[in-house]
Amino acid sequence: MTQLPVIVVHRVTKTYGEGDTVVHALAGVSLAIQRGDFVAIMGASGSGKSTLMNILGCLDLPSTGRYLLDGVDVQALDDEQLAEVRNRKIGFIFQSFNLIPRTTALANVELPLVYAGIKKAERRRRALEALDAVGLGSRVSHTPAQLSGGQQQRVAVARAIATDPAMILADEPTGNLDSQATVEVLDLFAELNRQGRTVVIITHEPDVAARTNRVVRLRDGKILEDVRQRELEGAR
Amino acid sequence: MTPDNVRIALQGLLANRMRTALTMLGILIGVGAVIVLVAVGNGSSAAVRKQIEGLGTNTLTVQSGGFGGFGGGGGGARAFGGGGGGQRNGTTSRSVTLTTTDVTNLQKVSLAPDIKEVAPTVNASATGTYDGTTHAPQQFTGTTANYAEIRNLTVDSGRFFSADDVTQHRKVVVLGTTVVTDLFGAGVNPIDKIVRFGSVRFRVVGVLKSRGTNGFQDQDDVAFAPISAVQDSLTGVSATVGGITIEAKSSKVTDAAEAEVLAVLGSDHKLTSTQASTSFRVLNQASLLQTSQASNRVFTVLLGAVAAISLLVGGIGVMNIMLVTVTERTREIGIRKAVGAKEGDILGQFLVEAVLLTVLGGIFGVGGGLLGSRFRIVGVQPVVAPYSVALAFGVAVLVGLFFGIYPANRAASLRPIDALRYE
Repeated sequence: MTQLPVIVVHRVTKTYGEGDTVVHALAGVSLAIQRGDFVAIMGASGSGKSTLMNILGCLDLPSTGRYLLDGVDVQALDDEQLAEVRNRKIGFIFQSFNLIPRTTALANVELPLVYAGIKKAERRRRALEALDAVGLGSRVSHTPAQLSGGQQQRVAVARAIATDPAMILADEPTGNLDSQATVEVLDLFAELNRQGRTVVIITHEPDVAARTNRVVRLRDGKILEDVRQRELEGAR
Repeated sequence: MTPDNVRIALQGLLANRMRTALTMLGILIGVGAVIVLVAVGNGSSAAVRKQIEGLGTNTLTVQSGGFGGFGGGGGGARAFGGGGGGQRNGTTSRSVTLTTTDVTNLQKVSLAPDIKEVAPTVNASATGTYDGTTHAPQQFTGTTANYAEIRNLTVDSGRFFSADDVTQHRKVVVLGTTVVTDLFGAGVNPIDKIVRFGSVRFRVVGVLKSRGTNGFQDQDDVAFAPISAVQDSLTGVSATVGGITIEAKSSKVTDAAEAEVLAVLGSDHKLTSTQASTSFRVLNQASLLQTSQASNRVFTVLLGAVAAISLLVGGIGVMNIMLVTVTERTREIGIRKAVGAKEGDILGQFLVEAVLLTVLGGIFGVGGGLLGSRFRIVGVQPVVAPYSVALAFGVAVLVGLFFGIYPANRAASLRPIDALRYE
């Protein structure tokens, strides 16, 4: 396996505030994630996992250290380029689904493709394909309010995969779901991973972490342990 | 402005229809008010112009300037006489009367080369009676046959009295339509009927074409008869005349003609030029037209300004709503940024939304304004000025841009993590 890791985090710190009130949200984290891996980042609240998620998702920049996403040094990018990186390389899935209200599932899935500047017909085709892939091919014109929590999260997954990103980044994706929907969504992640996609889940639920290949535990802004529980199936 | 931008903005607007409609209403009223009010100003200006032009723009009316003088030669003279006289007070004036000698001298080409026609007038007040019905015209004027040409009077049926009627002192009369309706009622042909004015019998020879009201008086409530006959039977024969109505050779030489009138009258009555200008009132329709046009422009601008303020208020409404919208949709902005929207995309979305609000409001406003301008407003038939439509609509769009920039900028500069965390 000579391929470059999709994520390389090298001695990243993140501090908020100044002087006496300074908070070290991340106190030197180093991490590499291979392409096609399925990783859970765990930790109690305040452990720095949300900060790490923001940095991995290019929503925030580290105070010090380097972060290479798919070979791109994120630190050097301006806001405009960061937006482009988020658009092309990252598929976000949030705890609260974060679909745009009063907008159909199809339009929601098309959204990142709109910002990628893809033509309407192609956009539609890819969005429908993504919705099919999450098993919502029959509900494309429903608005979020007309869908159950599990279905909304599947729309969000479709939106995340529509641009064919380098990494799917899920922040507590099952936090707002009942156990039935949780199983469905986790099955979906497993399926996506089996197709060769890199999936990173931030969670505090051991059940969720148990489904992944590798668990990274954070405490007080540092990596406490990094356990591989399943081997990576041959990288694609 | 890409189609996607417009589509997203339209979705945003449709998501909150009531609010969108109310915000657009502000712009609608602003744009509509500009169009209607400018049209009203324009319409009243057009009405006055039409009325003055109807009297002939190359017409001069001369009246004695002394107090307690004569009624005036025509409707226009009476209506505007106050304004004309007011400018000329404060200097000594001798009470003089216009005479037939003045009329004769004004007709001399050597003395007044720019004057084409001269018609003396005398005004009488007389109640007309026909078959037991009575009616007193607002204006009963004795004059000469060329008066019709000077005043642009046209007859609807019959004829105006002729020069021969004047020299023969024939008791014939030409009536306005109001007089005809009041005396004869509908369906009676008044031609050749005999109407008694006072105790004198006049034969109706013509009916004037209706000229409507000039805003001050009914221009159809008039009667014209040969000056000779009127003097014979109603006012008494004398060398004085009530007024002199003059037609200049063209509307360009009315000022020269006015100077000639003053010169002739001054020498006739042995007055200095200062005395001449204060002793007579010369009403120049062309300058009257200019003055009234100027004051009407001010009036129109004032109306437009009032309406523009309401457009501005509408714009502030747009900004207010856009700020609320941005706050309300902070999370949506966060989502959009997370999936790759750039600052420009968000800026564009909210700016297009604001401009769409005003454009749609503007379109409805133009529709409403054009519709509203079809109705008579405070007695004025509005005349839509094309420039006001373009201006109001253009300003509405600019208002949307201007008042949209701040909220849109605020939305665009939100940090995605803050926006996503916003509850």
